Amino acid sequence: MTLRHRLELAGLGATALVAAVMFGFVLLHWLQAYPGAGFLYDQFMIAGAWMDHYLGTRVFRRSFMWQQIATGVFVGIVAPLVGVYLVHREMALIGETLAHTAFAGVVFGFIFVALFGVGGSPLYVALVVSVLGALGVQWLADRTRTYGDVPIAIVLSGSFAVGTLFISWGRDRMSIAIDIEQYLWGNVSTIPPEGARLMAALSLVVVAVIAINYKQFLFITFDEQAARVAKLNVDAYNTLLVVLTGVVVVGAMQIMGVILVAAMLVVPVAAASQIAHSFRETIYLSVIFGQLSVVVGFSVAIGQSLPAGSSIVVVAICLYLLTIAVSGGSAKAISTGG
Amino acid sequence: MTAVVDVREVTFGYGTTPAVRDVSLTVDSGEFLGLVGPNGSGKTTLLHLMLGLYEPDSGSVELFGEPATAFDEGERIGYVSQQATDRAGTMPVTVRESVLMGRFAHVGHRRIREADHRHVADALERVGIADLADRQLSRLSGGQRQRAYIARALASEAELLALDEPTVGVDAESRDEFYSLLAELNDTGITVVLIEHDIGVVTERADRVACLNTELFHHGDTETFVESDALEEAYGSTARLLSHSH
Repeated sequence: MTLRHRLELAGLGATALVAAVMFGFVLLHWLQAYPGAGFLYDQFMIAGAWMDHYLGTRVFRRSFMWQQIATGVFVGIVAPLVGVYLVHREMALIGETLAHTAFAGVVFGFIFVALFGVGGSPLYVALVVSVLGALGVQWLADRTRTYGDVPIAIVLSGSFAVGTLFISWGRDRMSIAIDIEQYLWGNVSTIPPEGARLMAALSLVVVAVIAINYKQFLFITFDEQAARVAKLNVDAYNTLLVVLTGVVVVGAMQIMGVILVAAMLVVPVAAASQIAHSFRETIYLSVIFGQLSVVVGFSVAIGQSLPAGSSIVVVAICLYLLTIAVSGGSAKAISTGG
Repeated sequence: MTAVVDVREVTFGYGTTPAVRDVSLTVDSGEFLGLVGPNGSGKTTLLHLMLGLYEPDSGSVELFGEPATAFDEGERIGYVSQQATDRAGTMPVTVRESVLMGRFAHVGHRRIREADHRHVADALERVGIADLADRQLSRLSGGQRQRAYIARALASEAELLALDEPTVGVDAESRDEFYSLLAELNDTGITVVLIEHDIGVVTERADRVACLNTELFHHGDTETFVESDALEEAYGSTARLLSHSH
């Protein structure tokens, strides 16, 4: 086994370990009313306090910080995982489009909550709208036989326009706070426990679906025509991939914001594709780079009181530039034409 | 002999103008069929109809004795298209990974087993690129890359090889080697349907020729094709443009 391969496996192992701890935290926080879980949760927070003590920080003793870190860790895994297929299908901008659709969904969510007085996060409504948006984009793409710029531009700007109209309408007619800015920019201090829980559940689903359909997604990404001849149900897998994207985007925009969410789908993958030798390695490196961006980005953001989403994106782009330098200075011409 | 492909009075169009009109032909098991015709003559459309990718507007297509669009044993068909249609240029995929895709139709959602890897190794050996297995596809020459696609078809144990202008952009020497390989595979009983713009290659290698320009102008053995006027009729005034060797 080469050193490179060992390093990759170590990186993946570390990522899996961190993800498992974060999953444990989300679960314990959720179940803390139960005796056993409550005890373990307290122990977790005590460990956090000790971390603060040794690091000289005031971060890890706080439950809400862990919600954000957990959400970020999950985003750092699933966004590049889905992004690997999107980038190489030249569908990079579909993430951005679905984020805008989800933005409209969040607005609907706020209004829905206000109108019917039901509790819960607008994210659930956003999830439904985003999946419907994903199906809509797929429907348009099927009819135009391409993921061209035009359907992407229509859905992207259209859903943003509708969202904006409804914000205005809602603010005028209802006495509700449509606190939309946090979803636009991503806000590290406002992820509620249910947001982290949603992201954890979505991540499990996304990882499972991709693990089961890894081969099929690879085949349709690499050579769609040959996959059709091999009698794979290409349209169904395409739809599944776009729906997964819609799901990931809703979870990720809590951290990244609508505007920046596409970066997590694209940049770690672009960096990985720059230096990977095989597709398997591309997936490994994408996840590692994604996780590295989140961890370093969070550290910078918390340390310097900067926005988390932007910090993560800048770190990811630094990694990308680094991989270009390492691979001899020529950027691969992966299209992001939609 | 049993027919691998049976096309009966098929008409198909995108929109109102038919791309293929009233075409009937059969491809027998073990046959090497060359499909020729000018640009835009419906060759690729006809091939896709044969493979069940489209439903004909009228007429019927049978693949291995079943209606082509309902046929679901994808592993029995190998498909090699022009280089430009896949992502080999930008996507980091090794030769071994691309050949392994030939097993996916067999594998479905189960894990890849040792036997699958053995099929891949054998296929790489057969087309003579075993030493390139761990190279990236994008680092290969055009000829080597097309061999990798043939290996993918072999790994899937395909009985029918469908090739759509497989040697566009491949240098002359590699092209000759590629077609020798194809002839060898055909000799072992694999049925071949080849779309090729170089008529010389087709008349040299194929058993039978189908000459198409929306309608079928000739379908029969190579000798009668060379003697017939089908080429001039099908190509019309563009015939002289294609008479030179590529």
